[in-house]
Amino acid sequence: MKLRRTISIIIKEYTHIFRDWRSLLIIILMPVLMIILYGYAITLDMKNLTFAVIDDSKTPESRELIRGFTENRFFILRYTGIKRNEIESLFKKRDIQMALVIPGDFSESLISKRITKVQLIVDAADSNVGTFINNYSNRVAQLFNEKLNHRSPGILGLEPRILYNPDMKSANFFVPGLVALILLLICSLLTSITITREKETGTLEQILVSPVHPIEIVVGKVVPYITLGFFNGIIIIIFARLLFKVPINGSLSLIAVLSLIYIFVALSFGLMISAVAKTQQIAMLATLMATVLPTIMLSGFIFPIASMPLPLQYISKVVPATYFLIIIRGIMLKGIGLAELWQHAAALSGIGLFMLSIATIRFKTTLE
Amino acid sequence: METDNAVSVSKLSRHFGKFIAVDEISFEVNKGEIFGFLGANGAGKTTAIKMLCGLLKPTSGEATVAGFSINSETAKIKKNIGYMSQKFSLYDDLTVKENIEFYGGIYGLSREKISGKTDQLISELNLDKMKNTLTRSLPLGWKQRLALSTSLLHDPSIIFLDEPTGGVDPISRRNFWRIIYEIASSGKTVFVTTHYMDEAEYCNRVSIMHKGKIIELGTPTDLKQKYNKTTMQDIFIHIVGQN
Repeated sequence: MKLRRTISIIIKEYTHIFRDWRSLLIIILMPVLMIILYGYAITLDMKNLTFAVIDDSKTPESRELIRGFTENRFFILRYTGIKRNEIESLFKKRDIQMALVIPGDFSESLISKRITKVQLIVDAADSNVGTFINNYSNRVAQLFNEKLNHRSPGILGLEPRILYNPDMKSANFFVPGLVALILLLICSLLTSITITREKETGTLEQILVSPVHPIEIVVGKVVPYITLGFFNGIIIIIFARLLFKVPINGSLSLIAVLSLIYIFVALSFGLMISAVAKTQQIAMLATLMATVLPTIMLSGFIFPIASMPLPLQYISKVVPATYFLIIIRGIMLKGIGLAELWQHAAALSGIGLFMLSIATIRFKTTLE
Repeated sequence: METDNAVSVSKLSRHFGKFIAVDEISFEVNKGEIFGFLGANGAGKTTAIKMLCGLLKPTSGEATVAGFSINSETAKIKKNIGYMSQKFSLYDDLTVKENIEFYGGIYGLSREKISGKTDQLISELNLDKMKNTLTRSLPLGWKQRLALSTSLLHDPSIIFLDEPTGGVDPISRRNFWRIIYEIASSGKTVFVTTHYMDEAEYCNRVSIMHKGKIIELGTPTDLKQKYNKTTMQDIFIHIVGQN
């Protein structure tokens, strides 16, 4: 590898990037737009679940129970005083996710210390919502019992202590994941079109008749885009912090260093595609397919890897985002350092180097 | 291996699947000669030239360029040849100066040498006023001369021109051939493909390619005598029509 030749390519790539300021603007603004869109759209927080109540009792006790549901941000009481046979159609219209039926003898039964049953009907078409309503209703009932029998002896109570994301905000979980997704997508798109563009314009041919070695081309193309990708990474993290108040408990410089490795992986991946694909369109399409889906489905971005079938778990081991998600969530939420993360960082570097070698080798053969 | 020939080709073939683009061609090009490679579109000219430049591996056969084998010594060949394709492969979004500097750089020329060459080329091409304009806005004829000059930056002994005058007006073409003569008179070998038959007249020797084979080879004068025609155009139509 000759430095002089590599530097010429680096300078040329920088010139391309800064001369085309419209594309540069898109490259910078697109991640911001994506983090705003995805950040607000993807949430598993339960809010504004609507429910109906049929209160046949109409006593202070029954109103106390209903208040147990309405005094928080999760439930909205939408229908009262409806008939029993109306409930089903409300469920079918998706007007309510839950219905509470309080029997007429509710108060009398409680006062005479009998076991009192209240009917709870739950729409569990979305199983997450169903589980949530069920759990929350149990909690309401428990609180109601405690209030009613102050001196009830010996009831077991769990006192949970929730670590790393005490408010259980799903944004704290998703936004670091978005950093991984957006960085991968943008960086691999950037490089995936650089070589194919030169194939289309014919300039690649001119480079190939020169004594330039493929590794010089590949390195010359990666270096400028690393700086661009790094700049993008900084912007994304700033926005994650400002808009979604995601905590950054660990070291910022460690995030920076490990993001650089991840960006390197993404760029190498783009180059690998670029070395094989014939046109810019094919390169872009292949990059989109190969980055977005595996990153969302198989990296632990939404679904925990441990609950996937075994073959998918193996696949997740070669998805770069799997490692970066552990890294960035670990640093941002848990504040952990290199001592816990070095293996993941090493795995990422390995994947990156592997892809870059494939790009170089494939690149050589396509010319011949 | 030292030979008197700039290019020496022996039974060179290239297949693409079942399609035979170049079919066992053999010929020699002398040093300092302007060698014309004629043929209709799709005759196999570009495939042949790409093999000689080390851009494509031959299916079979052997050839030496500047004394080096195209099968095993492409790296050495690349240092000794210049290549200009029909697309004038310059970067549209770079300035004239930046293009020259880039191509100088990838041939590993030193910084001083590049800046010297850049100034020299720009004044030779009368591009002083345009050196900082984007290549995109240059007229086609100038782009073509710039592309030729950049392919000569590293002072190669052989230059391959693949349809260098495609789409260029007649006056620019005439000027371009003047430059080709200058290059040849400085001792460099010029290997040029074209389908303009008037250009064939300017060559020292021409070969005519048809369906992957070389079907005629000689000086324009000899060929005109052999076929009793007055122009290369007539000869070409006569021979290619027969096959």
